[in-house]
Amino acid sequence: MLYAILCYDHEDAIGAWTKEEEAAVMGRLSVVQEVLSRQGRLGPVARLVPTTAATTVRKAQDPVVLDGPFAETKEQLLGFFVVECADLEEAIETAKDLARANAPGGSYEVRPIALFKPGQIQTEGAAG
Amino acid sequence: MNDIAWIDAAFTAARPQALGALLRYFRDLDTAEEAFQDACLRALDSWPRNGPPRDPVAWLILVGRNAALDGVRRRNRLESLPDEEALSDLGDAESDMAERLDGSHYRDDILRLLFICCHPDLPSTQQIALALRIVSGLSVKQIARAFLVGESAMEQRITRAKARVSAAAVPFETPGAVERAERLSAVAAMIYLIFNEGYSANAVVDRGRAPLCDEAIRLARLLLRLFPAEPEIMGLAALMLLQHARTPARADAEGNAVLLEDQDRSLWNRPMIVEGLALIDKAMRHRRPGPYQVQAAIAALHARAQQAADTDWAQIDRLYATLERLQPSPVVTLNRAVAVSKLRGAAEALAMIEPLAPRLSGYFFFFGARGAFLHQLGRTEEAREAFNRAIALANTPAEAAHIRMHLDRLVADVQSG
Repeated sequence: MLYAILCYDHEDAIGAWTKEEEAAVMGRLSVVQEVLSRQGRLGPVARLVPTTAATTVRKAQDPVVLDGPFAETKEQLLGFFVVECADLEEAIETAKDLARANAPGGSYEVRPIALFKPGQIQTEGAAG
Repeated sequence: MNDIAWIDAAFTAARPQALGALLRYFRDLDTAEEAFQDACLRALDSWPRNGPPRDPVAWLILVGRNAALDGVRRRNRLESLPDEEALSDLGDAESDMAERLDGSHYRDDILRLLFICCHPDLPSTQQIALALRIVSGLSVKQIARAFLVGESAMEQRITRAKARVSAAAVPFETPGAVERAERLSAVAAMIYLIFNEGYSANAVVDRGRAPLCDEAIRLARLLLRLFPAEPEIMGLAALMLLQHARTPARADAEGNAVLLEDQDRSLWNRPMIVEGLALIDKAMRHRRPGPYQVQAAIAALHARAQQAADTDWAQIDRLYATLERLQPSPVVTLNRAVAVSKLRGAAEALAMIEPLAPRLSGYFFFFGARGAFLHQLGRTEEAREAFNRAIALANTPAEAAHIRMHLDRLVADVQSG
C-alpha cells in the first residue's frame, strides 16, 4: 500500500532556523530516507517553496487565478514523502521516525494513496 | 535541534504578530515588549514540559496579555488571573477566541509595528536598527555587530529612536486603503534598506552583516503573506532572494570581491533562485510594473544565464530603460551603460555616462565603470586616471582592492600588448 506522508508546520518558524539547524534537521531526515530507500520503500520526495510563492487557480469554466496558497492556515504544507508500507501501522511508524528526526512542532499527516503514477521526470534537486 | 533552538525559532516567527497585537492592546511599546518577554519566559518553562502549543502566536498573545494585566492588577491589589498552566494546552475554544481577537486585525498590527520604525524623523540607520530590534527581535549585541559599532553606542541609538517613536503619535486607528498603501511602500523601502546594509561591499569581507540580508528576506515574506496580491512586494522579495543567492560566490577565499561575470555560478543558492524566479513570474502577471519588479527581472536574467556569456543583455538594456522611466537616476543610467557596453561596445557606453559626470563626481562606481570602458577602448592613461579616482573614493578596503585588480589587469594588458 502506498502512503503519502505530508509535512505541515509553521512556515515562518522554519524560516527562522539558522543554517546550522536547517542542516542538522535535513541531515537527520536523510538518514531516515536512506533506510527507507535501502528497503526499496521510498517513492518521490518533495520540499515546497514557501506559500508566498504559491498561486491558486479556482476551478470553473473560466478559472480564476489568485495569489497565495489555497487556504490561509496556521500551519502550511511544506513537503511530502511517498512511502510503500504494509499497513497503516507501518506508515505511522515511518511518520514517527520522520517526526523524531525533525524539530518539535508541526505534524506529519499520513494519507493512503488511491492512485499513483510515478511519471517520467528524472531531475534531482530544485528545478528552475 | 535542542529545546532552546526550536523554541527560539518559534519566538522569532511569532514575534511580529504577537508583539503587534500586544501593542494594539496596550498602546505602549515598552508595555507590549515587556508582556511579550514575560510570555516567552513562561513558554521556556512550559513548552519543553508540555510540548509546543498548536498555535504559538495565540498562546504568546494571551499569556503575554494576562501577564501584563496581572502586573496592573497586582499593583492595584485586585484579584489575579489564572496562571499560564491553564492556558498551556490552548483548546480549540481559546484558540478561536484568539482568532477572533486578532484574525481581523493581525494584518494591520504587523504593518503598524513595521511602520512605526519608518518614522520620517529617524535617519535610515536608526529605522533599520529599530526594526531589527523591535520586529525581528535581534539582540542589541547582534545589531551592534552588524553595524560595526560598540554595543553601548547601539543601545543608545535604539533608546533614542524608541523615545522619538513613542513621542510621536502612533497610528492606532485602522488605516484606510490609501494610508495602508503608503505604509506598505514606506515599510518596503525600509526592508530594502536593511537588505542593502547587509549586502553592501562590506558583507563580502565581513560575514557578520550577512544576517541582515536573511532578516530582510524574512520580513519581505512576512509582508507578502499579509498582502499576497501586491506585485511590488513580490518584486521586492524576488529581488532580494535573487541577489542574496549570489552571496556564496561574491568573494574568493581571500575575501576579495568577485565580479558577477567571473563568479562560479554553481555556488549560487539554488532554492533562493527558484523562490525568487517564482515570485517575479507571479508579479509580472499583474502587469503593474514598479521599480522592485524591474530590478528583480534584471536579477532574474542574470540568474537564468547558465554562464556569464549567456546573459540576455538586450533584455537587461530594455529593463534598465524602463527603470530609467519609472525611477530616473544617474545611477540607473550608469548601470544601463554596463549593459550597453556588452551589447554595442564601450564607446557607446562611455558616451552614455559622460553627461553624468557632474552629478556622479563623488561616486566610486562611476569612476570604476568609466575606467573599465576606457580600458576596453585602449585609452590606457585615461583609464588609469579614472581607476585612481575610484580608489580615492572607495568606501571600503574591499572596493579599493577591487579597483587595484583592474589596474593590475591594465598594466598586464599594456605589457602583453
